[in-house]
Amino acid sequence: MTEFKMNEAELEKVFQKRIDDEQKIEPKDWMPEKYRKNLIRQISQHAHSEVIGMQPEGNWITRAPTLRRKMVLLAKVQDEGGHGLYLYSSAETLGISREEMVEALQTGAAKYASIFNYPTLTWADVGAIGWLVDGAAIVNQISLQRTSYGPYARAMVRVCKEESFHQRQGYESLMVLAFGNAEQKQMAQDALDRWWWPSLMMFGPHDADSAHSSQSMKWKIKRKSNDELRQSFVDQSVPQAEYLGLKIPDSNLKWNEERGHYDFGEIDWDEFLRVINGDGMCNRDRISHHVKVHNEGQWVRDAMRAYEEKKRARELKKSA
Amino acid sequence: MNQNVNKQALFNYVLALGDDAITMGHRLSEWCRNAPFLEEDLAIGNVALDFIGRAQMFYQYAAELDDQGRSEDDLAFLRDCRDFRNLLIYELPKGDFAFTMVRQMIVDLFNMEFLEQLTKSSDERLSAIAGKCIKESRYHLRRSHDWVLRLGDGTEESHERAQRALVDIWGYTPELFMVDESEQQLVQAGIAVDRAALMSVWDNRVGQILTEAKLQKPEDSWKVEGGRRGVHTEHLGHMLSELQFLQRAYPGLQW
Ligand SMILES: [Fe+2]
Ligand SMILES: [Fe+2]
Repeated sequence: MTEFKMNEAELEKVFQKRIDDEQKIEPKDWMPEKYRKNLIRQISQHAHSEVIGMQPEGNWITRAPTLRRKMVLLAKVQDEGGHGLYLYSSAETLGISREEMVEALQTGAAKYASIFNYPTLTWADVGAIGWLVDGAAIVNQISLQRTSYGPYARAMVRVCKEESFHQRQGYESLMVLAFGNAEQKQMAQDALDRWWWPSLMMFGPHDADSAHSSQSMKWKIKRKSNDELRQSFVDQSVPQAEYLGLKIPDSNLKWNEERGHYDFGEIDWDEFLRVINGDGMCNRDRISHHVKVHNEGQWVRDAMRAYEEKKRARELKKSA
Repeated sequence: MNQNVNKQALFNYVLALGDDAITMGHRLSEWCRNAPFLEEDLAIGNVALDFIGRAQMFYQYAAELDDQGRSEDDLAFLRDCRDFRNLLIYELPKGDFAFTMVRQMIVDLFNMEFLEQLTKSSDERLSAIAGKCIKESRYHLRRSHDWVLRLGDGTEESHERAQRALVDIWGYTPELFMVDESEQQLVQAGIAVDRAALMSVWDNRVGQILTEAKLQKPEDSWKVEGGRRGVHTEHLGHMLSELQFLQRAYPGLQW
């Protein structure tokens, strides 16, 4: 018993050394159970966010204003679904099935990015999501390209390329509105007003209040802290908003010469908690939509399985 | 004079092909985030994208032929129901997954034959567009064919749903092969495809697939038509009100 514990401790030491040396951990390598759990939580949450994110943006596919915009949006929503797929597969390398993950999403045991609990009300919201939400995702994911778990890091490299494309497209479509007529400009400003704070919330609680942060940093599952990432996002977004001639809805936003960063106001943490805990505008809709579609698809998945079985049986009979 | 008649007829023809593609693309795009599993969201989205891209190519060409100087987007977003010329089968609501896939197999088979003939059009532009689209349709058909087999020969429920879909769609299929006078002129000029002549090959192929899928080919007991004359089902108006919402609510702007 003691010997086993010694071994475990030793293994963990070797494991930590590999992490410290910037070596990637691969699926077959030994890893502490908590590392595995922590990663499953983070990767599946990330996968669910991609998939749930298809809803608010998908909401505008049939109403996109031009043929080109429609194709760009449809392709973007597809990309997000594709990100969900890569991420589900990288989580599966940790010994959890996609069915288990989907069930955790549907029962509320697993979370997804809270930002997708806000509604897309106008066409400008589609541009604002591309610019801000994909933008925030990139800030986070660039740091995750160096995450310690190999399959996750590699998925992030692929995902990041597409996210930057999305961000540019979103910004470009918002630019057309910001430089359009008064109504369009107002539409763009209103979208920024509604999406700005939820975008800052995407980086999670302050470092001091973050439950999973310090262990995740030590294991290099996370590479930068929530507050650091949030700061980079603000710093990159301010000039982008200025270029559009739009005003970021924060009266405390100010360049701080000494820090070399923008100072900004405090997030409404009550709202943050309320939405995370399931009481945002769209939380119930998002999950019930996911459940409904999943249930409606059951007979199709059953048919597919039944057909494959029959086909296999026929082939077996033929070869016998 | 003859040239003029032909130009109007050609415009109408190209426009109709654009309308076929946009209505089909719209219906398929409705599956995105609503498909039976995530891989299928992506696959159906690809087919939707092909059809919307096809609409864009036809509308671009139609816009060049248009006397009123409308753009491709004007053609898609600023015409009302009576001016839409798509065949009715394309505008029918997506229904359940069986309806979507049975319809898809029917129109993919039709499009394979149609596009192959259109590549031989004396109109170079149409023949070039057809050349691009036919590769896509080959892939679409492979998919929809597979799905019809799985559904027809899957479970009892899937079989029933596929059979019901087939019965509900069947009366819209004769319209695929009806050619009006203006189109007939273009057929004679070697520009348009003689759709009536595609019927027997299509009928044969559909029959083969249905037998393979253990589905019953419906009786030819009813048919409706009108799309090419702008007489549509009530569904199209709702589709257009969604498709055209922004262009109608905020007229004359860039997006
Ligand atoms: Fe994504
Ligand atoms: Fe994205």
